[in-house]
Amino acid sequence: MTVTLPEGVEPRGRDALAARIAADIPEGWYVNLGIGLPTLIADHVPPGREVVLHSENGILGLGAAPPEDEIEPWLVNAGKQHVTLVPGGSYFHHADSFTMIRGGHLDLCVLGAYEVAVNGDIANWATFDNSRAPAVGGAMDLAAGARRLWVAMDHVTREGAAKLVQACSYPLTAPGAVSRVYTNLAVLDIEDGGFTVVEMVPGMSFALLQALADAPLRLAEQDAATA
Amino acid sequence: MIDKFAASIAEAIGPLPDGSTVLLGGFGAVGQADQLIEGLIETGARELTVVANNAGYGRIGLARLLELGHVRKLICSFPRIAGSTIFETLYSSGRLELELVPQGTLAERMRAAGAGIPAFYTATSVGTSLAEGKPVLEVDGKTYVREYALSGDLALVEAWAGDRWGNLTYKMAGRNFNPIVATAATRTVAQVHNVAELGELDPEAIVTPGIFVDSLIHLPQEEWA
Repeated sequence: MTVTLPEGVEPRGRDALAARIAADIPEGWYVNLGIGLPTLIADHVPPGREVVLHSENGILGLGAAPPEDEIEPWLVNAGKQHVTLVPGGSYFHHADSFTMIRGGHLDLCVLGAYEVAVNGDIANWATFDNSRAPAVGGAMDLAAGARRLWVAMDHVTREGAAKLVQACSYPLTAPGAVSRVYTNLAVLDIEDGGFTVVEMVPGMSFALLQALADAPLRLAEQDAATA
Repeated sequence: MIDKFAASIAEAIGPLPDGSTVLLGGFGAVGQADQLIEGLIETGARELTVVANNAGYGRIGLARLLELGHVRKLICSFPRIAGSTIFETLYSSGRLELELVPQGTLAERMRAAGAGIPAFYTATSVGTSLAEGKPVLEVDGKTYVREYALSGDLALVEAWAGDRWGNLTYKMAGRNFNPIVATAATRTVAQVHNVAELGELDPEAIVTPGIFVDSLIHLPQEEWA
């Protein structure tokens, strides 16, 4: 089953979603961006706004991808893609890198997820496919250690299943860690044990958004007044 | 005169008993001592436990060590990367034991071993399947899981420059796990791209002081196979 959205609903594409998240990151924050869509956020930080990007493998001040002829073999990000270092950037070893993560020094981490639950539980590292080896990387450290954890993901799976759920069915990455979810259809805060919709894409109705979640949603107060 | 430079990779690594634990620096291919891993294969040691962030790719270095059947157990945070087919084949056929450890816990377990700390508590993995069966401690209302130090018999390091005392510098993100594994093994061997005269490395830029290094081998990048 796939979800067919009514005419007039404009879901955010990958870059639009990344740009929407980037818009909410204030100057001065130290931020770790997970592999996949979150990595795209780096390309959308408004020019002139100084946001310092951290990479697990020992980099603060991650810069854009280099031109082909300026690739440095020793300079990659957590996804093993070639990157650059911005002026003011620094290198350090893995224990210092995870001191930053586990010691609560990062203002924000943005991760992708399979599921997010009403209580902020996140599942993003393993499925039930036992034919493949599990891999966790730094996801559990980031989810437990960053001061804030935001999730960037599609609102539903490719098959149309809800990813905003009452309780995660997949193995947890961390309990109660997520404070905000950005999907291709809406922005939701997790507060008081539930999802609060703070923004919907143009043309989206609360009723449809609710139908695409496996947990109760509520509208933020200013929106509820005009809904 | 202290001179930790070895004449050959075999001399640098020395004899290694079967069943040894080997710590590898590197993050993916970056900063991994592939030539020393070839030397590890040459020792003929088997039933090894290997600690590394990833499980190798293609058919070189760690992937080759796995393919040739030298490894019994892999302790790893992210074994599945592009090209890690050797690992995946061995794992799915049950010929390789895997202990999956969150990346920060992996680094900290080795850091603890190097610092003489036998165990520690961390919030990472609390409430997940990776914490199952592990003792927990509550501090100020928050739950932490106990993790144990992880030491090795041998650590293999890739560094940028080294001097005869074993002082090391690293290049960019090639540093990663290398300074950690250097502290956590009974014997630490480094392959360096550049040789510095004693006193030539800026003391304020040395990342791994020579006390952590037992042996070095000069392998300039242009001589890599």
